[in-house]
Parts: sequence; C-alpha cells; structure tokens
Amino acid sequence: MHPAKSIIAFTTLSGLGFGLLAWLGSGLADFSGWVGFTFHAIGLLLASAGLLFSTFHLGHPERALRAFTQWRSSWLSREAWAAASALTLMGLHALSVLNGTPVQALGLAGAALSLATVFTTSMIYAQLKTVPRWHSWATPALFMALALGGGALLAAQTTAAAPLLAAAAALQLIWWMQGDRAFRQSDTTLATATRLTPGTVRAFEPPHTGTNYLMQEMVFRVGRRHARRLRVLALALGYGLPLALLILPMGHMAALIAVLSHIAGIFASRWLFFAEAEHVVGLYYGRPQ
Amino acid sequence: MTQLPANTERKLGLVIDLDTCVGCHACVVSCKGWNTENYGAPLSDTDAYGGNPLGTFLNRVHSYEVTTPEAAPRLVHFPKSCLHCEDAPCVTVCPTGASYKRVEDGIVLVNEDACIGCGLCAWACPYGAREMDPVEKVMKKCTLCVDRIYNENLPEEDRTPACVRTCPAGARHFGDFADPDSNVSRLTAERGGVDLMPEQGTKPTNKYLPPRPRDQLDSDIDVLSPFLAPIADTPTGFLGWLDRTLSKLPGGER
Repeated sequence: MHPAKSIIAFTTLSGLGFGLLAWLGSGLADFSGWVGFTFHAIGLLLASAGLLFSTFHLGHPERALRAFTQWRSSWLSREAWAAASALTLMGLHALSVLNGTPVQALGLAGAALSLATVFTTSMIYAQLKTVPRWHSWATPALFMALALGGGALLAAQTTAAAPLLAAAAALQLIWWMQGDRAFRQSDTTLATATRLTPGTVRAFEPPHTGTNYLMQEMVFRVGRRHARRLRVLALALGYGLPLALLILPMGHMAALIAVLSHIAGIFASRWLFFAEAEHVVGLYYGRPQ
Repeated sequence: MTQLPANTERKLGLVIDLDTCVGCHACVVSCKGWNTENYGAPLSDTDAYGGNPLGTFLNRVHSYEVTTPEAAPRLVHFPKSCLHCEDAPCVTVCPTGASYKRVEDGIVLVNEDACIGCGLCAWACPYGAREMDPVEKVMKKCTLCVDRIYNENLPEEDRTPACVRTCPAGARHFGDFADPDSNVSRLTAERGGVDLMPEQGTKPTNKYLPPRPRDQLDSDIDVLSPFLAPIADTPTGFLGWLDRTLSKLPGGER
C-alpha cells in the first residue's frame, strides 16, 4: 500500500494524543491546575493535529462532515464520531481541571471515547480482508497497546509505561511475524483471482503500458529493500531506548528524549505498516505473494 | 446509505466469456468513451501524449498465460470491471454514504457529490474495480451503463452497457441473474460460470465463463505433408533440358 505521509502522521500522532488523553481523563495521571491543563492541551493538540493531517489525503475535504452519517456500517464514520466526541469531552475536562473543579464523569467518558477512537482507527485497517497483513486481531491490539504505552510515557507514568511499552513491543514482533506469513496463508492466489484451472497461471501482459491508480495506491513496492533495517530502527527507537530510559532514573531531559525517540520509532513502524502491506489486487498485476 | 440491501429485486450484471474474448480492448475504449461523456465526472487522462500517460478506466483487459503439462501454453484475455457484488465491501466501508447498492437492480454506484475521495472503498475492493480520478478527486467505477440500459432515447439494441454493445466477439453478455431463465443465468449454468476470488466472500454478480478445453489430436497432425514430398529428384521435359544446358555453360554445376 502507498504510505501516504498524511495517514502515517495522523495514525501516529492521534494514537499518541488519544492515549495521553485516556490517561488524563481516567484520573490515573492526576495533574491539577495549569500543569494538568498543559498536559490536556498537549494531548488535544496531538490528537487534533493528527485529525487535521488526515483530511489532507481527502480528495474533497470540504465534504468531510458527511463522514458522520454512516456510523451503522463504516468504521471510518465511527472514527469520526468517536474522535469528535472525545475531543469535545476532553476539551471540557481540560477547562474543568484548569478551574480546579475536575468533573470525573467528563474525564471517564472522555477517556473511554479516546480509546474507542484508537480502536476505530485500527479497525479501518483490520477490517480489510483485501490486505491480509492488516486483517488480524493483532492490528487493534498493537494500536491500543501503543496508545496506552505511548500515552503513559507522555503522561509521565513511568511505572505503568515500562510494562505497557514492553507489551507493545511484544505485540509489534507478533504482528510482524504474523504479517510476513499472512498473504501466503490467505486463501487468495492468482488461481482464485482468475479461476483459470487447471494449470499454472502467469500474468502475461498488463492491461496498459503505463501505470495506473491501482498500481500507485495498492501495488506499491518502494522501500521494502530497507524493511529489515527500518524494523530494527523502529524497535530500538520506538521501544528499546524509551524502555531503557524508563528503567534508569529519569530527569526531564531523559523524559523528553524518551518521548521523541518513541515518536520517531513509531513513525518508522507506521511507515512499514503501509509500505509492507500487500493488497490482493497485486495478484492481477502479477505481483508475487 | 452504505448499508447493503438484504435482497435486490433484480441482479443485473455481466457474463464474460474468457473462451471468446480476443483481447482487442474495444470494450475498454467504448467504456471510456461513453463514461467520460455521460454519468458523473469525466474520466481524466493526464500526460496523455507525454512520457508518463495516466488515465482512469472502469474496465481493463489483462492477459494471462495458462500452462498445463499436457498441452501448449495458452493465452487468456481477461477483461475486468466492477462485479457488482451482493456483499460489496466497498459499500459498507464508505463513511459518507456516497457508495451504495441499488435495491431495484443491484447496481453498485457512487454518488459523486457526496464522495470525499478518501479512497477506502478502493482499498476494500479485492478486484481493483474502483479508481480515484486524479483530476476530479472522486471515486469512479463501472455503472453498468445505468444511463444506457434504461435510456428510452436510445434505440432498443443500444440499451445495454457500452462494453457489451461494442464487443466484436460476443464475449460479453448483459442480463438479470435473479431470473433463472435469463440469457446470463442460462449461459452461467451451461458453461459453468464462476465467481472471481470466492474466498473473499463478496458474492460477485458478474460471472466468468472459463475457456473451453482445446481439441487434442491424437493422430499425425500433418495430414498434408505426404502430398508435399518431392516427386522427381531430377527435372524432366523443358525444365530438364534447361537444367542440363545451363549446367554445361562455363561455371555451371556438374
């Protein structure tokens, strides 16, 4: 799949932002006054900046409000609802914290909706049977673990962040191992795509000499050469270094490095999430599984 | 509304005969022609006369080589457009309701005025039937020529999809699969029509007729060769005289 920068930025930053908001809203990360408000503002900024980025890949962003209409069937529409309501409730919660009168019900509902937003985001990908690498329970599990772990890191919850990040790292490894086998283990092959049996089928001629939307969007092959190195980088920066810094006694500087390193690592991981994903339509164009 | 109808009154769709298709791409051209001038936004071409032409098409013809141990490899031309699935995953993922499946005839359409161009429906389609137009920024797909098949301003023989109307080989057939006696239902039954990627669970309406097995000749294929063997090694008559005379000239063959 084509790794669109806007989507990578959106899923990474929003996941982190909503993760932080979940910690703040639940009251597990308890800050009051201006400190609390600032933490809320960081979460709200990350989450809404991500959402703003996501509109950049739309062909017609001016019609984005229509995306609220199909929540009965569409995970993307559910995400719109969850995100908008989580941001509203957590914005109000931020004001109540600043006012010195935090409303617990607001926070709890906001935290639940923040996590729900991350879940809906992950389900947009996990629902797609056409991309076997994404079509797994491990996709929402990884997104949720990253939101909780990254959120804890941002919310300065050092004791909770370490085990959560370790769990996220484990899920990341499981996701990669599962994903590398997913296409081969799916039932879809060039034989089922063409139903030309008996015999072996080979893509002989594409329908056109140039490229097309499908090939650019879904039969994308760039950067797989560096996949192994990027995985190591994602593991080291996204999980390894922050974990090491968490175990050591943290100063403010170390905390900042841990957060930045985590974000950089998750960017790499999310880039691979798209760049390595194979769509079954590639079979029609003779892409090997 | 992006919820799928539980059932549609009719199931309009195509039968594509892989045995008959000659791979001429006439259906591709007629589809592009009709659909760029009629329903919805035109199908754009960018850099059409340059080095990197890119165009939006609703129908494309692939070609596959099928090899079996017992026979020579054969080439199968493979036209592919929207299959108007009963369980269309492209419809349910749409956040705006722009993608929908019609209750009356099962045609899957895009309301381009409501399309935000997010591209998720194209991701959800296993067949590559949807293409985002890079100029109009809305999703384009086969409409089964909904603006032809009910169009009373057209002569009756033209009230079929443009690809079907134009196919010179008769490899494409249009009809109602809900009617067991329709041309398409009978063709599918007689020729063992199949679904593409049945494991994806999309329940496509369009059916593909697999190529018929080729004739196998057990005896000597070259039945005329005995008649082509040279009868006389040395020419006789006028040619014989000419051959002998020329050979006697200086430099001639002995």
